[in-house]
Amino acid sequence: MFLINCPYCGERDQSEFSAGGEAHIVRPKQPTELSDDQWAEYLFMRKNIKGVQFERWNHSHGCRKWFNMVRDTSNDKIHAIYKMGEKPPIK
Amino acid sequence: MSRNLRITNNKFIDQTSRISFKFDGKTLYGFKGDTLASALLANDIHLIGRSFKYHRPRGIMTCGSEEPNAIVQAGNDASMTEPNTRATEIELYEGLEASSQNCWPSVNFDIGAINNFFSPLIPAAFYYKTFMWPANFWKLYEYFIRKSAGLGKSPTQPDKDIYDHRYLHCDVLVVGGGISGIIAAKTAAKNNLNTVLIDDKNNLGGTTIFQQNECFKINNSYSNEWLKKEIETLNSIKNLTIKTRTTLAAYHSYNYLLARENLTDHLDLNERKDKIRQRLWKIRAKKVIIATGAMERPLIFNNNDRPGVILSYSIKKYIDYFGVKCGQKISLFTNNDSAYETAISLSNSGVSVNSVVDIRDRTNSLIVQQAEKLGIKIHWKSAVVNTNGYKKITSIEIMKLSDDDTTVVGKKIKQECDCLGISGGWTPRVHLFTQSGGKLKFRDEDNVFLPDKSELDQISIGSCNGDFELDSVVKNSVISTNKFLKVNNNDYENLKINSSNEINKKNIWLLPSNKPLGKTKPFLDFQNDSTANDVKLALREGFKSIEHVKRYTTTGMATDQGKLSNMHALGIIAETADVKMGELGTTTFRPPYTPLTFGAIVGRNVGEFFDITRRTPMHDWHAKHNAEFENVGQWKRAWYYPIENESIHEAVQRESKAARDSAGILDASTLGKIDIQGSDASEFLNRVYTNAWSKLEIGKCRYGLMLNEDGMVYDDGVTTRLGENHYIMTTTTGGAANVLGKLEDYLQTEWPELDVYLTSVTDHYATVSICGPNSKKIISKVIPDLNLSDKEFPHMSFRNALIDNIKCRVMRISFTGEHSYEINIQSSYGKSLWEKCFEAGKEFDITPYGTETMHLLRAEKGFIIAGQDTDGTMTPVDLQMDWIISKKKYDFIGKRSLYRSDTIRDDRKQLVGLLTDDPNVVLEEGAQIVLETKKQPIEMLGHVTSSYFSPNLNKSIALAVVKNGKKLKGQKMFVPMKNKTINVTITDTVFLDKENKRLNA
Ligand SMILES: [Zn+2]
Repeated sequence: MFLINCPYCGERDQSEFSAGGEAHIVRPKQPTELSDDQWAEYLFMRKNIKGVQFERWNHSHGCRKWFNMVRDTSNDKIHAIYKMGEKPPIK
Repeated sequence: MSRNLRITNNKFIDQTSRISFKFDGKTLYGFKGDTLASALLANDIHLIGRSFKYHRPRGIMTCGSEEPNAIVQAGNDASMTEPNTRATEIELYEGLEASSQNCWPSVNFDIGAINNFFSPLIPAAFYYKTFMWPANFWKLYEYFIRKSAGLGKSPTQPDKDIYDHRYLHCDVLVVGGGISGIIAAKTAAKNNLNTVLIDDKNNLGGTTIFQQNECFKINNSYSNEWLKKEIETLNSIKNLTIKTRTTLAAYHSYNYLLARENLTDHLDLNERKDKIRQRLWKIRAKKVIIATGAMERPLIFNNNDRPGVILSYSIKKYIDYFGVKCGQKISLFTNNDSAYETAISLSNSGVSVNSVVDIRDRTNSLIVQQAEKLGIKIHWKSAVVNTNGYKKITSIEIMKLSDDDTTVVGKKIKQECDCLGISGGWTPRVHLFTQSGGKLKFRDEDNVFLPDKSELDQISIGSCNGDFELDSVVKNSVISTNKFLKVNNNDYENLKINSSNEINKKNIWLLPSNKPLGKTKPFLDFQNDSTANDVKLALREGFKSIEHVKRYTTTGMATDQGKLSNMHALGIIAETADVKMGELGTTTFRPPYTPLTFGAIVGRNVGEFFDITRRTPMHDWHAKHNAEFENVGQWKRAWYYPIENESIHEAVQRESKAARDSAGILDASTLGKIDIQGSDASEFLNRVYTNAWSKLEIGKCRYGLMLNEDGMVYDDGVTTRLGENHYIMTTTTGGAANVLGKLEDYLQTEWPELDVYLTSVTDHYATVSICGPNSKKIISKVIPDLNLSDKEFPHMSFRNALIDNIKCRVMRISFTGEHSYEINIQSSYGKSLWEKCFEAGKEFDITPYGTETMHLLRAEKGFIIAGQDTDGTMTPVDLQMDWIISKKKYDFIGKRSLYRSDTIRDDRKQLVGLLTDDPNVVLEEGAQIVLETKKQPIEMLGHVTSSYFSPNLNKSIALAVVKNGKKLKGQKMFVPMKNKTINVTITDTVFLDKENKRLNA
């Protein structure tokens, strides 16, 4: 059960948050121009790696804000937290 | 009458406070401070239970949480009885009743014991291999296996005790109140760190507190006396909280820990009333110091499981702490120095020690010299090769080890004894460290796994970190704690410590025997009854991974999680497979460290507090009018309102007819309501709904369908334009929170440029829905000022209104197909408004109806319920709702998915109406629909999603999803049921008033 430093509220218990899958997948601006395969790539394909992963999280039982997190899934270490729209502070 | 096995001069047990208790129905006596195990031993009772597979007699083997054998059913009545408790951990209280668990019909005569004589036929995985086939015999097998396996009895009555959860935040958490933990806790607290020290026993002090021996001194006092003074100083230290009887159950990442505090289990029954039994502490610690000590290992040799075979240091604790002699003539068998401490303690208490059998060559450490001075006989380089006795050990057989230790040689010496103490060295308790994700390293010199790398802010100190000598324990604990806490505490700087240090170390995982392996029973896992032979068999059968061997032989899989057996299992596997132990790795220890009660896990979240219950403002009215309620998410919704002895069917038929014949009233307050404001509100709705919203006039309502990005229907509801930049959206009752979450997600992450604000107002408004041909008359009575003409207030429009000067919103919308109004008013007025409408409707026999009637009425009109007629695989096209998909909009959520190769398939399941050939037969929801009943396997073409008997049409109607259903109108199909096949015909989804005339009636 980790502690998450919400960029709007500060450090809170994990139970206040929900995970929202891989980060930085941008919804295509012109979906109609995509082939089935291209659309399926956006729609279905998500990474689930052991190691450092870029994720979306929501402070669902708090301020309800979405933000991004860089987390190592092998040890749950959080390397960075940054707001939506911001560039990841680490590669 | 049993012999008196108590010694008198004892510091820890109050021998003036006699306590009576019952074991297996027999009344016995012990003292306050006893555990059930120590009290039983004092009564000369060793035989506690039967082993799991062979039903061999088993006795108390340890004095702590690692106990594998003395597993009992504790507690007196059907609400508080608890299976699988360890006699070594139960504190004795007046009135305790406990019984042997794994035996049938009794511990002294056990039917399953016949397994013991057949044991060559019951190797590892016997149950897996034998009882697999034929599958339908399993019912028979299971009865006997369960009956004779004796896994304890669950309570049959609700638990009357109170349990609690609390949070605890601290700078430093010290786990374990032995000498290391006390040093660490004191150091932390004295340096202004908010410190918590927990220990699972009722007293602090660990094993040192009863270590009164010439060889172990601190500043010229016995180590136990020095420690006692240290403990006394703890009370005066600020910042230090001490919790005894508190077991650390789980250690998670981020230093989040769970500890279970026992508050009343040690009290007499009459002192427990209204007290909290157990409390689960949810601890967030900035730093954690693990000082959980070490566990003594058994030795693995033939018949090492008889009652009376006890770990050597436990015998020492029973004599030195509890004042209980485990026997009158005790033999000891060891591979290390600690058994000599036991021998000396016994000798000093007047118990005769037959001899110490030591597998090592002669060694002359201080403690051994002291034992020899006391005249204790030692068999060097020898091993116990067998034990005799059935319900209790009566003698042991000793032989010399060969030069290379692989066999035994010479003459067998038989030695009579009534107790055998065994010591196979020490295993650091690294369970919590590994639970927290820490990695272990292996120390070859004494075969122990030690804490190595951890991601967390924590250390292990004392014997759980591999320090086993008094001087190294103290010195290293002081150094490590100072370094870890970045403090410089000099309380312990100049301690003078005397310690007997072990010189000679030797270990043999499986001791040699004078018999071939197949003829012996060297037990590894006492609780699950697996022997060294089973592990070797598993290796012969090709299992290589320790995790697989463990599951195949069930070694380490009992309620003790193999605390005693794991090391030997690993050692034997490594030896047999010829790999290094350090490379073999170890199994993963999972929380909880010791079993937790369900009560402690759920805490206060029981009964009505198990989940939140949401009630509408009109709830009391429904209850008063005899409503039955249905759970919809967390809401309690009025389901139907039976009059007198009406069945649900009768009530729903009456309500449904009344709603169409005159007037019905429904509490629709639970529908989700989201207030949408902002200059881009219209654009936002365009993007989230399938239809177009920009041209919706202010004051108009529109039905919308919301898809997931995969094109599947997600939710639906009516949205009303209240102003230029202001809408109110309704969602399904169950979907409200998810819809809001989803909309927020898109707003915040995909379209942050949109000026839109979402607010959930579900709880802020109560909603009264009135439908039926007389609804207009009723509304005109309730709101006389409102012009209700079809021209001024047409279907799908909204008006602000005042009722008794209270602002409300009136929508003319319909989910029943009837002329219908919905009034939304501030929640606090919900009940008055409802009563007012009901009063006004009395002359029209207004009938309150519940969710069941609502479902029936909408089904007559073919309106879907998202979540009932859709299941996450239905597109709007599948629902035959093509009309709601805007062709003009460039994009909306899910649009692109509507023409994926999969979503444009003809043979998708599509929503259709279904009529039974016999109008009186009502289909079962979920029933399968087929075209062909002869050919097997029968192809399932679809299923019934909604089904009712319509009183307004006087026939059975149903909605269903059927493959290619759109093109099958008029097709005869079948619904095969258990005893009959029902003939059906596919129809249109709208059964009643296809022209929508009733909306304006
Ligand atoms: Zn927040």
